[in-house]
Amino acid sequence: MLIAATLAILVAMILAIIRGIAGPTLYDRILAVNMFGTKTVLLISLLGFVMGRPEFLDIAIVYALINFISVIGVLRYSDTNQFKHTPKKNKSIEKEL
Amino acid sequence: MEIVITISSGFLLLVGSFLCISGGIGLLRFPDFYTRMHAVGVTDTLGAGMILAGLMILSTDFLVFAKLVMILLFTLLIGPTTSHVLAKAAFHNGVIPKGSNNLKQTKEKESTSSII
Amino acid sequence: MINIVLLTLLVVIAIAIIRMKDLFAAVMLAGIYGLLSASFFVVMDAVDVAFTEAAVGAGISTLLMFVVITMTGRKEKSIRHKPLPALFVVIITGGLLIYGTLDMPYFGSEDAPIHNHTSPRYINDSMQEIGIPNIVTSVLASYRAFDTFGEVVVIFTAGIGVLTLLSIARTKKNDEEIESINDSMHQQHLVVRIIAKMLIPFIFLFALYVQFHGDFGPGGGFQAGVIFASAIILYAMLFGLVTARKVINQIFIQLIAALGVLLYGSVGIVSLMNGGNFFDYNVLSSNPITGQHLGILLIEWGVGCTVASVIVVIFFNFAGRRELQQHKKPSQDKESSK
Repeated sequence: MLIAATLAILVAMILAIIRGIAGPTLYDRILAVNMFGTKTVLLISLLGFVMGRPEFLDIAIVYALINFISVIGVLRYSDTNQFKHTPKKNKSIEKEL
Repeated sequence: MEIVITISSGFLLLVGSFLCISGGIGLLRFPDFYTRMHAVGVTDTLGAGMILAGLMILSTDFLVFAKLVMILLFTLLIGPTTSHVLAKAAFHNGVIPKGSNNLKQTKEKESTSSII
Repeated sequence: MINIVLLTLLVVIAIAIIRMKDLFAAVMLAGIYGLLSASFFVVMDAVDVAFTEAAVGAGISTLLMFVVITMTGRKEKSIRHKPLPALFVVIITGGLLIYGTLDMPYFGSEDAPIHNHTSPRYINDSMQEIGIPNIVTSVLASYRAFDTFGEVVVIFTAGIGVLTLLSIARTKKNDEEIESINDSMHQQHLVVRIIAKMLIPFIFLFALYVQFHGDFGPGGGFQAGVIFASAIILYAMLFGLVTARKVINQIFIQLIAALGVLLYGSVGIVSLMNGGNFFDYNVLSSNPITGQHLGILLIEWGVGCTVASVIVVIFFNFAGRRELQQHKKPSQDKESSK
């Protein structure tokens, strides 16, 4: 059952990669990366159990945290990106200044 | 006792992997960004929770159990948050849901007015 | 089986990165590449490498890349040139490299020198000589301490380089302006702010765990430093750079970076003074094993300090420059957004 779950995660990862490469908008790609990250966390914890090395779970924790940080980073730096729409609120503030 | 553990963890793992694959298919097949996000956001958290719960039943060591609980807590906190932020950022930056002409017009109006 | 799938995916993503014109998307795919190669390392049982790749390759480097892209621009410049000479050079270099590898023993063969001399020594004797279960840590911190010292110095030098090239004299007025804009922008991010507030203490705790658990499991100074820095970066991203600078003084953190290298080097000096070789920890204490433990603890601590503070310094300088650049010319921004 562990092996079957690992294979299922791998299939989901492949689907996410296809969307990440094809994705028409930037946000589709971010979504794919995010999903890929959570799938990696699952894959590593499953592999830890399959191979009988439960210390792999440390890496899974790091992934869960790093994934969050990098998604926030992407959004932080695409949100105020000067090559895109700036959010409305931001614009009005700039006018006041 | 042994067989109960095997069956229950196997069941949880099976449901979890089914959810993960269906999330992947949804990510690939749905027509626009928001529906895709809905597919991923729902199945990601639930599927991860299921698989981690299945592993928790299998674990014998307390430390391993505690680490799995930590991962589960993190996914429960992080998954919905990222979905929320992602949807918000996409909406603010003008990704328009498919099939909502009404919204499109208002959005356009807003943007023209703000430029003027 | 899993190996083959992962390697195929790696190749697919590498080709996709090359073909991508949108740099933002390319960096994102590079993040996926990092995650994938880290899972590949996990499958190969190289847990420490996977740890580093997860923290550095998938996390921090992607973030720094994003900051740089927002400063430079999103589209790749299309260069028209004749690719033939370049191809010629690449083919010749590649051919020479392949010719060079022909003399080496086959991948994974049993009679390779590394499997006959170094590896058995580490695997068999490290437990008696160093007394630490994780062989990677004992090789990294004790047998090869001099190499690791070099790595730390390289990281420190990178921090100094970024400081010299990118550091900017900030004026008080400018800071306040940026802060007010940041504040308004962050009103929108209430949910993330609260979640981040809940997570950041856990990240710090986990970094300390990785730092001190490195003797027994995967982890050590490098990984812990990166995790520690990433928590600070998360704070800086969500609460604004100016606020983060108030929490973590930049002068202080530059001092910490230097102190880490100093700590590492002084362990070596002390072992010289006590009559051993450079980085010979046996002489640090009356019992050789205790000496080794003490030495490894100290140098891991030094590595962690240096790595964390250098990464924070690099991020602060990059992001600070970007904010200045963005807020200096808001009028031009508006033009382009129209």
